[in-house]
Amino acid sequence: MNRAAQSTQTQKFKPMIKKNIATNEFGFVFNPATGDSFSSNPIAAEIIGLMKVNNSLNEIKKTLLEKYDADKMTIEKDVDDFLQILKENNLLNN
Amino acid sequence: MTDNTQPIVIAVTGLNAIDSPGPGVAVIRAIRDGLNRPVRIIGLAYENLEPGIYMDGICDKTYQISYPAAGSEVLYNAIKYIHDIEKIDVLIPNFDAELYNFITIAARLKALGIHSFLPSFDMFDARDKLNLYAFGQKHNLLVPKDKVIYNSNELAQVGDDFGYPLVVKGKYYDAIVAHTLEQAQKAFYKISAKWGLPIIVQQFINGTEVNIAALGDGEGNATSIIPMRKMYITDKGKAWAGITLEDDALIELAQKFVEATQWRGGFEIEIMKTAKDELYIMEINPRFPAWIYLSAGAGQNQPAALVKMALGEKVLPFTTYDVGKLFIRYSWDLIVDISKFQQFTAFGSL
Repeated sequence: MNRAAQSTQTQKFKPMIKKNIATNEFGFVFNPATGDSFSSNPIAAEIIGLMKVNNSLNEIKKTLLEKYDADKMTIEKDVDDFLQILKENNLLNN
Repeated sequence: MTDNTQPIVIAVTGLNAIDSPGPGVAVIRAIRDGLNRPVRIIGLAYENLEPGIYMDGICDKTYQISYPAAGSEVLYNAIKYIHDIEKIDVLIPNFDAELYNFITIAARLKALGIHSFLPSFDMFDARDKLNLYAFGQKHNLLVPKDKVIYNSNELAQVGDDFGYPLVVKGKYYDAIVAHTLEQAQKAFYKISAKWGLPIIVQQFINGTEVNIAALGDGEGNATSIIPMRKMYITDKGKAWAGITLEDDALIELAQKFVEATQWRGGFEIEIMKTAKDELYIMEINPRFPAWIYLSAGAGQNQPAALVKMALGEKVLPFTTYDVGKLFIRYSWDLIVDISKFQQFTAFGSL
């Protein structure tokens, strides 16, 4: 796969939070399989909300970029870092 | 047919609601909450400072009984004496150490009209710490390797075989994690002084502690299964807070155990879940755990169901429970008049 195709695929990637993970608008995240619970900040809660309505990674980043006064690189890095945290805590399906 | 207007008289042990609590008070709370019939609770206490004797709304009357070491005949005579006064319908023992005697006299108590819902000796022995590894091997369940020892001289060899850390356990209670031979020897003497021999030395498994409270119907079916993760653990290894989990693998494990043993009554499986999601059975306790009130809070009131099953009623298996339900234990200073303490101490009942 060439780099251009890989990049397109990455942008289309839809991070999916596990079906059984409970969240609320205040950023509380609960994993019923492990009993772990987490508190996330408002932007992290917003990212989870965007994931839940089936947005692609690219769409999530675009939405945040339009809404917040931050440069593209910062937003991309923050979103990628947050996805990594979700993954490490076994909260993602993919 | 049961007369629903007359109180069911239920005798319960394990009233020591202390930092390493017996399950009695939790069992009584669950029964009072969930049986939907009048009940009269008869507490059976070993010590005169067991809090359940004095707590309001727990026992209607409490009698002191002898320690299990006195034997099953002494126990039978004590229960018969109490039964002559109280007309006990159902008896629920809650300590590992007393169960052997209660199983021994179960048939004679039944002849008096006292119902219980206990495992047989075969079931009881299958999950005994001394037999657990073999049980796991037989039924394809993960159990850490262990070695039963009678002499501290054997520790060095076990340490070489298992490596450190390892877990030194008493026959009934207590477990200490030892990181060196010296610590293992100290643990051996400490636990054997309290609970006697043998001592079980177990391979250490690293992971998250998960427990399951369950109720078997004696025919291979699990009437209720509630998995719980300990969220706060005391220095004695007891759960001070916990939360119900949704995990099919844990439910299947408990079902497998019930099917293999045809377990009758309440039990608790202590599990270590590794980072690879392996479920190691660390212990199986042949009675309800001290956190059993969580089963009532989560929608599967196991003690109330057990009372009905002991009385011969058919209880359909529960199918749902609330996931994410927490229990948080707390301490509470009970103020008790000296006259009550004196009454129980001098006359053996209150």
